[in-house]
Amino acid sequence: MEKQDYDGPILEIDKLSISFFTRLREIPAVMDFSATVMPGEALGLVGESGCGKSTVALGVMQDLGVNGRIVGGSIKFKGRDLNTMSQDELRDIRGSEIAMIYQEPMASLNPAMKIGKQLAEVPMIHEGVSEDEAMKRALEVVTDVKLPDPQRILKSYPHQLSGGQQQRIVIAMALMSKPSLLILDEPTTALDVTVEAAVVELVKDLGKKYGTSMLFISHNLGLVLETCDRICVMYSGEAVERGSIEDVFDKMQHPYTQALFRSIPLPGADKNARPLVAIPGNFPLPHERPQGCNFGPRCDYFEEGRCDADMSIPMEIIEGHDRHQSRCLKFKEIDWNAPIEVGEQKEKAAAGDVVLKMDNLKKYYEVAANALFGGGDKKVVKANETLSFEARESETLAIVGESGCGKSTFAKVLMGLETATDGQIILDNRSIGDTPIEDRDTKTVADVQMVFQNPFDTLNPSMTVGRQIIRALEIFGVGDSDADRKDRMLKLLDLVKLPRAFADRMPRQLSGGQKQRVGIARAFAGDARIVVADEPVSALDVSVQAAVTDLLMEIQREHKTTLLFISHDLSIVRYLSDRVMVMYLGHVVELGTTDQVFAPPYHPYTEALLSAVPIADTSVEKKHIVLEGDIPSAMNPPSGCPFQTRCRWKDKVAGGLCEKEVPAVRMMADGHQIKCHLSDDALAEMDQVIKIAAE
Amino acid sequence: MEPLTWTGNVGDFLNPIFWIAAVILLVSVIAQIILSFFAEEMTLQANPDGTLMRRGGLFGLVERLTKYSFFAVVLIVLAYIILGVVLPYGSVGIVGNMAKQFTPVWLALIATFALSITFKRSLGLYGKLFDSTVGMIGFGLVMFWVFTAGFAGMFDMLATHDPLQQISGLKNKLPGVPLPEGVEGYPHYLLGGDNLARDVFSRMVYGSVIVIAIAPLATVFAFMVGITLGLPAGYYGGRLDTILSFLANLILAFPVILLFYLLVTPEIVATGIPTFMATVLFIFPLVFFGVLINSRYHTQPTQRTIMLAVVLGVLGLLYLSLISQEGTVFNFMPAALDLFDISSGILVVFVSVVFVNSPTVFRIVRGLALDLRTRDYVAAAQTRGESSWYVMLWEILPNARGPLIVDFCLRIGYTTILLGTLGFFGLGLPPESPDWGSTINEGRKLLLIFVHPALPPALALLSLVLGLNLLADGLREESLKD
Amino acid sequence: MGLFILRRLGVMILTALCLTFIVFWLTNLYPNLEKLAKTQGNFRMSDEAVTSYLTNRGYTQSLPVKYGQWLGVLPGWEIEGSDGELRRRCEEGQNYCGVLQGYWGYSTVFKEDVSKIIATRLALTGKLMFWVLMVMVPGALIIGILAGMREGSKLDRSLSTFSIMTTATPEYVSGVVLIAVFATPLFGMQYFKGTATSAMDDANFQNFFLPVITIALYGMGYIARMTRASMTEVMTAQYIRTARLKGVKFRTIVIKHALRNALIAPFTVIMLQIPWLLNGVVIVETLFNYKGFGWTLVQAASNNDIELLLGVSVVSVFVVLLTQLISDIGYVFLNPRIRIS
Repeated sequence: MEKQDYDGPILEIDKLSISFFTRLREIPAVMDFSATVMPGEALGLVGESGCGKSTVALGVMQDLGVNGRIVGGSIKFKGRDLNTMSQDELRDIRGSEIAMIYQEPMASLNPAMKIGKQLAEVPMIHEGVSEDEAMKRALEVVTDVKLPDPQRILKSYPHQLSGGQQQRIVIAMALMSKPSLLILDEPTTALDVTVEAAVVELVKDLGKKYGTSMLFISHNLGLVLETCDRICVMYSGEAVERGSIEDVFDKMQHPYTQALFRSIPLPGADKNARPLVAIPGNFPLPHERPQGCNFGPRCDYFEEGRCDADMSIPMEIIEGHDRHQSRCLKFKEIDWNAPIEVGEQKEKAAAGDVVLKMDNLKKYYEVAANALFGGGDKKVVKANETLSFEARESETLAIVGESGCGKSTFAKVLMGLETATDGQIILDNRSIGDTPIEDRDTKTVADVQMVFQNPFDTLNPSMTVGRQIIRALEIFGVGDSDADRKDRMLKLLDLVKLPRAFADRMPRQLSGGQKQRVGIARAFAGDARIVVADEPVSALDVSVQAAVTDLLMEIQREHKTTLLFISHDLSIVRYLSDRVMVMYLGHVVELGTTDQVFAPPYHPYTEALLSAVPIADTSVEKKHIVLEGDIPSAMNPPSGCPFQTRCRWKDKVAGGLCEKEVPAVRMMADGHQIKCHLSDDALAEMDQVIKIAAE
Repeated sequence: MEPLTWTGNVGDFLNPIFWIAAVILLVSVIAQIILSFFAEEMTLQANPDGTLMRRGGLFGLVERLTKYSFFAVVLIVLAYIILGVVLPYGSVGIVGNMAKQFTPVWLALIATFALSITFKRSLGLYGKLFDSTVGMIGFGLVMFWVFTAGFAGMFDMLATHDPLQQISGLKNKLPGVPLPEGVEGYPHYLLGGDNLARDVFSRMVYGSVIVIAIAPLATVFAFMVGITLGLPAGYYGGRLDTILSFLANLILAFPVILLFYLLVTPEIVATGIPTFMATVLFIFPLVFFGVLINSRYHTQPTQRTIMLAVVLGVLGLLYLSLISQEGTVFNFMPAALDLFDISSGILVVFVSVVFVNSPTVFRIVRGLALDLRTRDYVAAAQTRGESSWYVMLWEILPNARGPLIVDFCLRIGYTTILLGTLGFFGLGLPPESPDWGSTINEGRKLLLIFVHPALPPALALLSLVLGLNLLADGLREESLKD
Repeated sequence: MGLFILRRLGVMILTALCLTFIVFWLTNLYPNLEKLAKTQGNFRMSDEAVTSYLTNRGYTQSLPVKYGQWLGVLPGWEIEGSDGELRRRCEEGQNYCGVLQGYWGYSTVFKEDVSKIIATRLALTGKLMFWVLMVMVPGALIIGILAGMREGSKLDRSLSTFSIMTTATPEYVSGVVLIAVFATPLFGMQYFKGTATSAMDDANFQNFFLPVITIALYGMGYIARMTRASMTEVMTAQYIRTARLKGVKFRTIVIKHALRNALIAPFTVIMLQIPWLLNGVVIVETLFNYKGFGWTLVQAASNNDIELLLGVSVVSVFVVLLTQLISDIGYVFLNPRIRIS
């Protein structure tokens, strides 16, 4: 198909409404949504899960499945209405003019087809070129997305590539016929932070190079800040605010946008001095939306009789800004510059005695090299290598690292689900590293508990909430009678701020945040003294994250709990932890107080990690460091320093020492240790990665 | 007495309509299938009110034709049944009289459906079954035979004659044949007589009793065995899994018929091997319930002991009565305590059916356990120090129930087929037994001359198994909707 | 890959040994031997006569020894009987004569060498199976793919109803119904023959169609349902959406993107279905009086023809294991995700 020249808006969505139809009712997913994307412009679509942002994307692609239907409005692509196009016309546009990139790279590539063939298909369909020509084109694009050894990659199957490489292939596929519009649906959510940074960088560069307009869908405000020119914030099926990045980030005109920014940990937030402000209440389900303003029930500026009147609230233009609009009746009355009402300020709890001590802990696994065929060769995976640290009472120790760094293995060993290969875990002067959980006494088991990552998986779906907590009480030997335990269970629900009526509910009737609260209640059933929280909020929506984090902090403060907080999100780590331990491929590369770790000198990996985390604050300046390649597999670690394959400081160390020897642990300042070969001078040269511009 | 025709007087009027409707239905269904290849891809036509555009043209016409003719066929069939129940004897022919015989079953079915549909929202998965047409049809078919077996087995209702009674002169007589002058009883053999001059209809009714009694029970036992072994195999993995899986595959590699021929012969029964197998297989429910209760209540010892004593006591008594049998190696129970005896023929059939089914259940449970053991709630249970059996039985098993219930229905159907196979080869059950497999076996010998003795049990078996399959399909569909 | 096949072969041989031993043990239980003695000798034999009859023919040796001899890893017996006659298991000059040496024994029913019987009968059943597979596999795959490519469509529902009907109809039911409809004058559609005896020498459409379709129907529904399930799963996969949004035509999506992924599961099912077909073969051969392998099995089993039964068992067990092996290898071959890793 010939691509016509067109210089108006690439995409014009006007008053779009999309509904899904079930047997029982119509569920409106998107209502009255308008947006415009100009050539070369990148529009960010931000919102929590269920707000309809992906539905908009599928609506643009006209691929809503059997139950979904566009019930109003128009979607114009280069001036032509997509809604009225025939299937054939749509097919011509898909892939050649509009391309889409999805969240799960592995799932979006055909597992039984070679990469090259999948790529070459696009120009062969749309431009009718020969297979040779198409393959040549594929090779070019694969080189463009900076994949090593493109020839080999074209001949391989998707599963032979790593997640980051797969996502690059998906991007390459989208760019094969130089589309005018690229839709990215959470393209980096499944990737590790440092890989994500590289992919985002690539998308930005290629967008510029090909002059492609972008519709970037994400729940991460920081990522949108880094990639987009304009932003549209969605809440419960509606766009609530849209405008340029600067306007929306710095001069927001909608209470939801404001609340969203206040609930994410930005540099400067602190759990004691400047706690996060959680958005109260829950995200409404599509069929339970309130009258009037959808955000009304959770809004600080809610005015009865006005915000809940039975009328739809229009999008209003804000004078003096660049195409800035807000869906709020009161935006002109609200004082947007009023300082945050600072919540209760709390004393920093003093750290007590050492409760838990790891001493040269090692955990090796033996795995068959080839899972299916079994066979003789076994490989040793070194999941944890000489782990040593201490944790004190009421202290929060954050364990930071990307996939494969060994943080989950460490948690398993601590919990007693696995036993240590070497070294010791000392709990109150007793060594428990060799004691599997069956041999631990009830007290020890109750003392060390865990909060899990995935809220949809943490509770047994076929047991009531109350029953699950009571079971924990029973097994920890708490309470004398059933009545007593029931009473305690209700008190635990109070503790995690859930209504007592929830005791009789099944987990599926609870939202993600509520389930996570039940998980916390269960962990504290036996008055745990050490709680391992394995990414407890990473699967939750932004507005819920703050509330759950605060709850955890509050309980910790009251119970003087030692919290081991496992996370890959440095923003939240900086916000809540006292000390930070950075892990990479089973090694602790850096350990120190939060201030020490977040300020130079850094371990090169910490430096890259800090730079990779997107921060949703226009006043923050970050040093730009992009790591090459992917995280090596723990099955096949590099020789010498684990980080040497991706380290940008490697050539500062003489004699290729990095490739030969694992560096020793070096004490920098008081309690600050780094595992690196760099000389003191080189370390001292490092700059601050995150700078907050003077206001 | 006159011989009965198939539909009697009513048929003069209804039959032509029925055939016309049936032919239209058949033609339109075929036309629809052929047309659907050529019909254009469905385009989503959005109307402002959110309705779908109806597809017009030839395809739409055929679609409507199918619908109406289908309703017509259903209505006429209903008419045959209702008229049969209502009108006096003889005027509605064989079909009507059979419908009349089944009156208690119809009433029970209507009651079941009325109650279930009224309260379907508060009945969980069972209630949701009534949202799916397929599920309802399946459930209806299954319950038809369950009620038939119940009324026939417990109250001796429904059947017109004794299944073993031979009336001379009625050998291989066609359906609707009247009884000879002077013979007492129901005036006709509704579905004719078999080669020993017994009533085919009554044998079919009584055959359901044997199937409905054995098939679900044998499936339950197979599930007990499969679950008790499959859970640890999937949960622990390792060597235990290797050994158990090898054994399961060993049994699965045996051609079923060969196994039956080896196990279900009088010589093997005489050696006592089936009794030994019964002793082993039937202990699994005891183990299962014992572990189930213990793992859950071990934190409250008194409560646990009482419950264990009651449950194991009852099950133990049943178990001992089951395996202790006169004339076999195990005959130790005093007669006063021995609750029941099962004839060795039925026992060996039962045992071999359980034996053949268990490995498949084992594999399913093992697969589910492998999948579910990686869940966080399992890890949560482990980190609070629960015993492995608690994790398996209370954390994993309840969450595997969906696929297991579906498979349970399918497996009852499969067990029914296996029982039929045994009967078909004349294995296990006594030759005069009215079960469907044996009846088909007897009927097939003269199949090319007389079809009527073999067809009714064949169709009965077909409808029951079909019902179970549809039921499983409906359950699967509904359980996936959550 | 080579190692994998070797391991599978090892397990297979172990399984075969276990299974044949079980069959050997069951057929050599004393009541069975007693029956054998009485049918071969005379029915009013005294207990002592039975014992000496069995002892003279090596039946009273211990089970592992007998099994070893039958297998051909132990030297065959040579017994001077109580009647003074010297009997040998093997022919003169041979010490080892078991299955491994190709000596399968002698059938007491057919009065012929077991290996010969099995060869001829297996050939007949092979013919039947060939046609069954020719009808069943393409039929099932086409039905499954057509039904699964648009889930919930009219076509899907009609085909799914058909396949659920056939899975609910065991061979002895469909056989009876088909014979009643198509081989008797009852419904006026007497197109086929109700027996297939003549098909043993000269198979034609008239005498062979009913047995073939009877076996094929039962297996067909199951495979079709598996194919449909696999196809619907693939059609909702994200990479199909990727392909659709690349602008690929529906037909091309089905043929190029979905088919290969959708056929992985049914292939395994088809292979594992073959042991079940064996069941169908036994039923159908009995029903249609087609004297093939299944019919032989029934004859051997009901007449306690030990050697023949053992031979039949060995063959059927190997067929089952072989199909399992092929299914494993084929799975690996079809699924690129496993092949390389």
